[in-house]
Amino acid sequence: MEMNDFIKNFGQQFDDTDVSTFTPETRFRELEEWSSLNALAVLNMIGKKYGIKILPDEMKPTQTIQELYDLVLSKK
Amino acid sequence: MQAFSLTGKTILITGASSGIGRAMAIACAEAGALLVISGRNKERLSETLQLLHGEGHSMCVADLTNEDELAALVDFVPKLDGLVSNAGIANPLMLQFVEKQDVEETLNTNAISVIHLTRLLLQEKKLKKDASVVFTSSINGNRCAYIGSTLYAASKAMLTGFMKASALELAPKGIRVNSIEPGMIETELLKDGNISQDELDKDKQKYPLKRYGKPEEVAWAAVYLLSDATRWMTGSSILIDGGYTLQ
Repeated sequence: MEMNDFIKNFGQQFDDTDVSTFTPETRFRELEEWSSLNALAVLNMIGKKYGIKILPDEMKPTQTIQELYDLVLSKK
Repeated sequence: MQAFSLTGKTILITGASSGIGRAMAIACAEAGALLVISGRNKERLSETLQLLHGEGHSMCVADLTNEDELAALVDFVPKLDGLVSNAGIANPLMLQFVEKQDVEETLNTNAISVIHLTRLLLQEKKLKKDASVVFTSSINGNRCAYIGSTLYAASKAMLTGFMKASALELAPKGIRVNSIEPGMIETELLKDGNISQDELDKDKQKYPLKRYGKPEEVAWAAVYLLSDATRWMTGSSILIDGGYTLQ
């Protein structure tokens, strides 16, 4: 698993936020577009692309893309 | 109130290893029925069997999506006065991530296997004249819908279509077919963590009665539909949703 790929896959779950604005430090919950809909899409993306099941309550404490990436890595 | 009793009736309940199915088995046994229970998990199915009031109940472990196991179940059961079909899965998945196998898994488990079970019981003459068939459906797909539930909603709507047409077709045999449409019920299906606790708490507040249902509150409707109290009722759905779909 590679961070650039993860960012790209993460960014694809957004319609109005430009993918190029995402970095590991992006605090995704503060994005205007963020909603429970994106949260489900991100969880589905992680399940389908990386074969890892993350529960909503596990994702809750993560604030940045890096933290989410680390969570996925820890489950690999 | 003899009309509400299930004494003397032999009933098959699928999906009885947990949740609504287990609660239905317990309630039907309390109401006097002789039960055959079925489910995928042998250990949990045995637990349900232990919880049943009365003597003579039996169990048959089967994955109803497996053709051989389904046939074995149909072979195992005696002639039935009632069938309650509960087996079901829910896996929140947005349409953009849905693959062919997801469609097949959900539709097979929640609807297609139910259709096969019903037709096989009929073809093998295991449903007595005047038998009652009950499907556990959902408000989801029939009265409302949820994000991430396209497949689940489709499977439950499929069940409703099947319920209505089979009710019409089996009426000359005196066989009744009805369904129950519950709102959110507190079961393992919810506790597997696919929905966060925050969201569940928020969702409960959308119910006029301010809570989710309990498995036994759906089970009592199954007892009603299986009993002679509903002998003039077929092709109907009983809505049990704490008032959720009023708004």
